[in-house]
Amino acid sequence: MPYIPHTSEDVRAMLDRIGVKAIDDLFDEIPKALRVDSLPGVPAALSEMEVARLVAMRAATDGRPLNFIGAGAYEHHIPAPVWALTTRGEIYSAYTPYQAEASQGTLQIMYEFQSMIAGLTAMDVSNASLYDGASALAEACLMAVRAHRRSKSARILVPTTVNPTWRRVASVITEGQGLVLEELPYSTDQGTTIPQALARYDGQDITALVIQQPNFFGQLEDVDALSRWARANGTLIIAVVNPVSLALLAPPGEWGDAGADIACGEAQPLGVPLSSGGPYVGFMTTRTEHVRQMPGRIAGRTVDLDGKPGFTLTLQAREQHIRRGKATSNICTNQGLLMTAATIHLALLGPVGLERVASACVARTRELVSALCGIPGVRAAFAGPRFHEAVLLLDRPAAPLLESLAAEGIIGGYDLSRNFPELGPALLICATETRTTEDIATYARALDRLLGRAVAA
Amino acid sequence: MSNTIVKQPEPLIFELSRSGRAATAQYPPAATAEIPAQFRRRSRPALPEVSELQAVRHYTRLSQMNFSIDTQFYPLGSCTMKYNPKACNSLAMLPEFLGRHPLSPASTGQGFMACMFELQEMLKAVTGMAGVSLTPMAGAQGEFTGVAMIRAYHRARGDLARNEIIVPDAAHGTNPATATMCGMKIREIATLPDGDVDLAALDAVLSSATAGIMLTNPCTLGVFERRIVEVERRVHAAGGLLYYDGANLNAILGKVLPGVMGFDVIHMNLHKTFSTPHGGGGPGSGAVGVGKRLLPYLPVPIVGRDGERYRWLDERDLPESIGRLSGFMGNAGVLLRAYVYMRILGADGMERVAEFSTLNANYLMTRLREAGFDAAYPGRRASHEFIITLRRQAHELGVNTMDFAKRLLDYGYHAPTTYFPLLVPECLLIEPTETETREELDGFVDAMTAIRHEAETDAAMVKSAPHTLPVRRLDDVRAAKQLDVAWKPAGA
Repeated sequence: MPYIPHTSEDVRAMLDRIGVKAIDDLFDEIPKALRVDSLPGVPAALSEMEVARLVAMRAATDGRPLNFIGAGAYEHHIPAPVWALTTRGEIYSAYTPYQAEASQGTLQIMYEFQSMIAGLTAMDVSNASLYDGASALAEACLMAVRAHRRSKSARILVPTTVNPTWRRVASVITEGQGLVLEELPYSTDQGTTIPQALARYDGQDITALVIQQPNFFGQLEDVDALSRWARANGTLIIAVVNPVSLALLAPPGEWGDAGADIACGEAQPLGVPLSSGGPYVGFMTTRTEHVRQMPGRIAGRTVDLDGKPGFTLTLQAREQHIRRGKATSNICTNQGLLMTAATIHLALLGPVGLERVASACVARTRELVSALCGIPGVRAAFAGPRFHEAVLLLDRPAAPLLESLAAEGIIGGYDLSRNFPELGPALLICATETRTTEDIATYARALDRLLGRAVAA
Repeated sequence: MSNTIVKQPEPLIFELSRSGRAATAQYPPAATAEIPAQFRRRSRPALPEVSELQAVRHYTRLSQMNFSIDTQFYPLGSCTMKYNPKACNSLAMLPEFLGRHPLSPASTGQGFMACMFELQEMLKAVTGMAGVSLTPMAGAQGEFTGVAMIRAYHRARGDLARNEIIVPDAAHGTNPATATMCGMKIREIATLPDGDVDLAALDAVLSSATAGIMLTNPCTLGVFERRIVEVERRVHAAGGLLYYDGANLNAILGKVLPGVMGFDVIHMNLHKTFSTPHGGGGPGSGAVGVGKRLLPYLPVPIVGRDGERYRWLDERDLPESIGRLSGFMGNAGVLLRAYVYMRILGADGMERVAEFSTLNANYLMTRLREAGFDAAYPGRRASHEFIITLRRQAHELGVNTMDFAKRLLDYGYHAPTTYFPLLVPECLLIEPTETETREELDGFVDAMTAIRHEAETDAAMVKSAPHTLPVRRLDDVRAAKQLDVAWKPAGA
């Protein structure tokens, strides 16, 4: 019996001790009419070897294509120790550190993660992670409404240049509490939010403004101008940032004159594999004054009975297991395992290593844009500074091209036509430090050939 | 006694840092002149600078300060801390799966999507539901999804006044917190002394404002709700829907299907019942299943099948969907682990999960009662978990549940869930799971008995436990008052 250790002797002795004849007697409180005898929809058991063969075959079917998509999930090199350590049983198979004395490892890693993320974003305090970037943005919006006591509107301005899926998730999660997310237009020439578009909200009760840097198109927003408007208008600033980019770009804590109020985002680029979209790891940081409004687990450093330093979950009065219906969120867990991976990843890269990765991303993307824009029928949509993504405009629909590229083992980019039809046929592409000059040339050759062939046909 | 290997505090990684030191995997520098100064960071972030060995040793030592399933019996009630099979992890971490970008075309993900499609089908089968969406990223998000679908259902029918969710007082805290997040009002109802829901209390709160009821069955008191059929009839008759919190699905897997009990929506904690790792507090995975009425509202994406090809069903296929809950499709890697687990167990293995977890719980409850401990519901069968109340010991010996819990750590056992559910005083909620041996359960009984003896002879020692771990009891008040939640470099 897989994973069940009972011998028939064990079963006999245990049933005798309980005072029943058969295991089935233990289910005698369940009304008979509700019982089922079998599960026809579940296949019969396979041995570990058979399952391994089946699953490995499926994985091989998918192969390992050359990837040029980012759009919220980024392929980075992950140093070998990260997952060797993260999958240690003592980390992998532990639970939420409710018994602090028996969970000092997990708690200290949480504290180190919080310190690193607070440092990267230049904010005072961090939680110990949220589910993912999209839900972190939703939680940030809810938090802003709680934190901004003078604002009664629950109106939040969200630029169109914020990840469109994240915008949708934020709306689904916040709708029940009456939040109103209003879209801010962007310049289709620059690919960035138009600061002047904020003028029509001057003097209005707006709870928060969301600013994503770099934005969904990979372009750099004028975060200082946007932040200054928000500050002057009594509006809180929610920064959405890519942690890798923060090695190069101004951190939210330094935006405008006084910094952002809440920073959040997706820490997947820090040591978490693409893995079809999850599990990833959201993060959130804020100012000390708002810490009691922050959702999610937080580890704090304190002392034990002997005055020895140690770590414990703190500010639990915010959480559902204490506050129930009045909690800051229904969140019960963080993404402990992925938070651990991100912490170890950052420890291995250090400030210089992370800066080099970020710089390589900029350089590789520059090279990719330049290679692809040399092909007739392809041009860059926006000129301004960018991080590691770019929008390409095409002379024909992207979807069939992407299918043809995929058939050659190239994942050529993210088709923007559904979420941004105003751009016409457009592709969001990405190159991180993992794409070599040869990778880029492979993509350019294939695209050149496909576009040429299509024209000829 | 056995417990953690590392006993001494480990410095913070920042305290090991020396300027100019670097680990192995570093990328060469590159120029980034195109980024103007106004966008740039002015000073480097305070990240540690350590060698690879230093990092490996540091995090290995930290891991050795943890209790975990791989190292200890971990009978944390309502958390289903069973063995997380290694095969599930190693197969989910095949490089093709790890490297797959979530937005790659479906044509390049047929292998992965086949696993997800089959997982959806198997979860439908073990819950008796008509449809499944895998996207919720944790149990609490599954709950949110369920209540949001209930709201969408009533709205679509123009039944706009239904804004109340009924929650028994024994419920997990996420239930009321979820209802609040969905803009619902909470109506709490009492539980009878025998652990079943008070039907009179239920009748008193049912009305034309009832959106639904959230039930865990077996409930957090460790007993099966015997009057579930009556509850179902009453709630449906009042126009409400029934939500099944799958926290305790492990107890009835393959024995009773929530769909057959009349539930309209269920979330499953794959990290409990289907043995994906808890990871020190996540990732979870809270897949939802629905009956026919709620099918149109399932969150997207879902894997569909056209002939031999798999494809993503999205908002175009389900225009009434409540929408998306995550950046992509939820915790895909966790879902793969659950898939492998279910294939290795197969249909018979599912039933054995319920059988042996229930056997272990009833055996452990019997043995603890024989040893002189009080079960909170002595007249009832245990489900896969049960409650011991230490009210008598607290009164007679002045040693309370927290003291027992902390002393158990010295004996090398992770403590059961303490002081939950809230309606049983001085309680321990104990869930041994099916993967533990009889010897391990016997050892736990011996430890409890020994601790009671210690409490009789040296209460002060028990009250100041643990004594053999890296730290002793921590000052939680100081942690909250003198908040220190991030290391800052000197002078910052």
